[in-house]
Amino acid sequence: MANVIRRQTLAARLSRAAVYSVLVLAALFYLLPLVVMLITSVKPLSEISAGTLLMLPQDPTLAPWTKAWGEACTGMRCEGVGGYFWNSFAIVIPAVLISTTIGALNGYALTKWRFKGAELVFALMLFGCFIPFQVVLLPMAQTLGWLGISSSRAGLILVHVVFGIAFTTLFFRNFYVGIPDELVAAAKLDGAGFFRIFWRILLPVSTPIIVVSVIWQFTQIWNDFLFGVAFSAHNTQPVTVALNNLVNTSTGVREYNVDMAAAMIAALPTLVVYVLAGKYFVRGLTAGSVKG
Amino acid sequence: MAALEIHNVCKDFGSERVLKDVSISIDSGEFLILVGPSGCGKSTLMNAIAGLEPVTSGNIYIDGDDVTWRTPADRDIAMVFQSYALYPSMTVRQNISFGLEMRKVPKPEREAAVERVADLLQITHLLERKPSQLSGGQRQRVAMGRALAREPKVYLFDEPLSNLDAKLRVDMRTEIKKLHQRLGTTIVYVTHDQVEAMTLADCIAVMRDGQILQLGSPDEVYNNPVDMFVAGFMGSPSMNFISAMLERDGDGYAVRIATPDEEDLCLPWPAARVTEAMTEQLGQPVVLGLRPEHFSEEDERLTAQAEGTLMHTSVTVVEPTGADMLLRLPLGDQEVTARVGPKCAVSPGERLALRVDMARAILFNAETEKRLA
Amino acid sequence: MKNIATTRTGKAPRAATSGGLQAWLPRLVLAPSVAISLFFVYGFMLWTFILSLTSSRMLPSYDFVGFGQYARLMQNERWWVASTNLMIFGTLFVLICLVIGALLAMLLDQKIRQEGVLRTVYLYPMALSFIVTGVVWKWLLNPSLGIQAMVQSWGFESFRFDWIVDPDMAIYTLVIAAVWQASGFVMALFLAGLRGIDDSIVKAAQLDGASLPRIYWRVVMPCLRPVVFSAVMILAHIAIKSFDLVVALTGGGPGYATDLPATFMYAHAFNRSQIGLGSASAMLMLGGVLAILIPYLYSELRSRRHG
Repeated sequence: MANVIRRQTLAARLSRAAVYSVLVLAALFYLLPLVVMLITSVKPLSEISAGTLLMLPQDPTLAPWTKAWGEACTGMRCEGVGGYFWNSFAIVIPAVLISTTIGALNGYALTKWRFKGAELVFALMLFGCFIPFQVVLLPMAQTLGWLGISSSRAGLILVHVVFGIAFTTLFFRNFYVGIPDELVAAAKLDGAGFFRIFWRILLPVSTPIIVVSVIWQFTQIWNDFLFGVAFSAHNTQPVTVALNNLVNTSTGVREYNVDMAAAMIAALPTLVVYVLAGKYFVRGLTAGSVKG
Repeated sequence: MAALEIHNVCKDFGSERVLKDVSISIDSGEFLILVGPSGCGKSTLMNAIAGLEPVTSGNIYIDGDDVTWRTPADRDIAMVFQSYALYPSMTVRQNISFGLEMRKVPKPEREAAVERVADLLQITHLLERKPSQLSGGQRQRVAMGRALAREPKVYLFDEPLSNLDAKLRVDMRTEIKKLHQRLGTTIVYVTHDQVEAMTLADCIAVMRDGQILQLGSPDEVYNNPVDMFVAGFMGSPSMNFISAMLERDGDGYAVRIATPDEEDLCLPWPAARVTEAMTEQLGQPVVLGLRPEHFSEEDERLTAQAEGTLMHTSVTVVEPTGADMLLRLPLGDQEVTARVGPKCAVSPGERLALRVDMARAILFNAETEKRLA
Repeated sequence: MKNIATTRTGKAPRAATSGGLQAWLPRLVLAPSVAISLFFVYGFMLWTFILSLTSSRMLPSYDFVGFGQYARLMQNERWWVASTNLMIFGTLFVLICLVIGALLAMLLDQKIRQEGVLRTVYLYPMALSFIVTGVVWKWLLNPSLGIQAMVQSWGFESFRFDWIVDPDMAIYTLVIAAVWQASGFVMALFLAGLRGIDDSIVKAAQLDGASLPRIYWRVVMPCLRPVVFSAVMILAHIAIKSFDLVVALTGGGPGYATDLPATFMYAHAFNRSQIGLGSASAMLMLGGVLAILIPYLYSELRSRRHG
């Protein structure tokens, strides 16, 4: 076999080289924006107007980052995106935990305690994954008002939980379908009840899907803009909204380096998650879209 | 008192009735095997006994108590699953003691039970392992250990050996039999393997299409099957079914098998085995059921005592199995299997004299497939 | 004694099989989610539909005007621009993502060294917010400081790449940024699909003497049909929902040249006090999603029933 491979023709070697060049060029295309964002964010403004995109900074500075974090103007206020960065965490963490917990229990109840109409219930909930959220914006705004939590973090958490459980339920349901029913039957015969079976039998084997669900929800909610811009006030805005305001605030000179630093700040948490747990990220993205 | 009684149980899935008026009763310490082809309802019946599926009508009694509407946990039964269903996150020890823990058995007693069971099944060295670190046979043992730890009134085994390879299956079969003899437990065992059924059971229930066709001892089911299905299902190689005509032969009856190109073969039916039902089928087509071992090779030295009817035929295929030899030979317009001694020197194409033991042959109604005699 | 027991417990309700509360627990656990779904998804859809039948402007009012808002929408030039833009954007976005994704997946499937690194690089944009993507690409596409300026500084003085300020071309900048973000995801879908194909099929085709491109075209691609189908679904869905990218990259401009239905809806419902009109546009977006979704779900369910 090794012999056969070594006796490659010139044409085969050329085509191999072509494959690699296409792949590397594509990689450059995907990397370019990130590289430019990073380079620009550490350049002084003078270098930006004098030089070009890919020129490395002559005099690297972290000033744009500190300005983006603490001083840049987002709309009427000039406090940087730092506060909004923590806002995002304050919204994302509870929303992720609540929606994942509910999704896990839903998936368990739907698959391991099948009852009449369980499929219908699932289909009903699944539909929530697909609606364009524009169709719920106006009623949501009014409902949040009635509940007295409009423009609050609690309101945003509620919104993200409500529209996140369709996804988390889908994840856990598809995962638990693959866990043999006999396990639950055996535990029932052993005398364990609904919650005990979940806690002792199902949950200990659910780590992969919990990770998938948490990562998916984290990136979705962190990256959300529509709900953030529609249902927040200046002090409860998530970082995506603050970033957009910062970039579109037109007072004085356009500080592209600060814009890029702010964009990096907004992108970092999801990028870190992606680098650390990329495998699960992909699994979340492809969940249910590739059969088997 | 009956350990398990099933009264007229029916079960519907949607509009389909998968259990049709099933009634069984077994005594304490009995080994009942439910056997039948896949889809015959045997697993559904098992789940109904376990309480994992509610029945549509009928009642189930365990030890005299009506448990029809009790939860699985309240029935005092244990089950060994085909897939073993070991809890993947727990060690073998935790798997075995989980049921006791759920029943709030104090820890020292739980520990004692685990030791006892582990000792019995020789899995003491595996107690701290996780199921994923065990081989198929070891998992099987742990699954049995989990059932044995609780000492329930009834054990349910759902095709417990079907995931093992052939050698291990035979070993475990023996082991289960030994355990049963030693512990005197009441066992309901589902299988589609008729060898398992024959070797293990005190009592076999042959099922088909949600009904119990025959309930009896292995000997009864094998030698006195009620119809062609039971006869064909039990035994390997399975019973030969030969189309024939039932005729009068002097004072008695004979079975005539039309043979192309040759003279018809006429086998006289033993007078002692003539039944009422046969007389009604006189002159009608019937099916003659002959097990492979109902044929025997003609031995000239023994001709004097030999029983049965002599026939001559040519052999088409010879399959030595080691212990004996299977011959394929034409009979009537079909091919049948005969089991003869391993020393039988015959090659394909040769003619051979065989005796047919009509004293053990079985006669079926060709239309209803029910037994005539 | 046994008879008494039979008559007493024989008629127990079916639910009792699993012991009263235990039987209801699964349903109880699901009940809040079902209620949430019924209210926040189905109730809100109905609510928006009702709003779309009213003359609501700044605040919701329930003064019904029939399908008047839909009629207004049909006569609204900006809505037509938004809809046309969605067709252009959606079609190009889906097609280019599919082509790039499939190509990269097939190339990556050739036992490539460092495949993991390349895969990570292709896919990372999907982890970013569309706002970040928009901000970065806005900078790259900035004629005086971005790619155009860079290429010109390399000596190609006549190089023009100022689509973002050109009303006729700005919509294509959305396509570029969106493709950059999502094509890696399509690659991941295809790669997963490719890896799911039985190796022996490819080996058999090789033994039959087929060349590699031919194997991909004749043997592998047909196996990937469900993947293509899913990818189209997801991409189309992203396209219809696209809101943040437009806001961050072009702000709908120049003028309203890059408006999409999603930004149209938001602008009218929240900024221009046209709640009725905004609701009508939201309902049409829902209609668009359903038009894609229902055939998809139908075929999914059918294939599952047959399989």
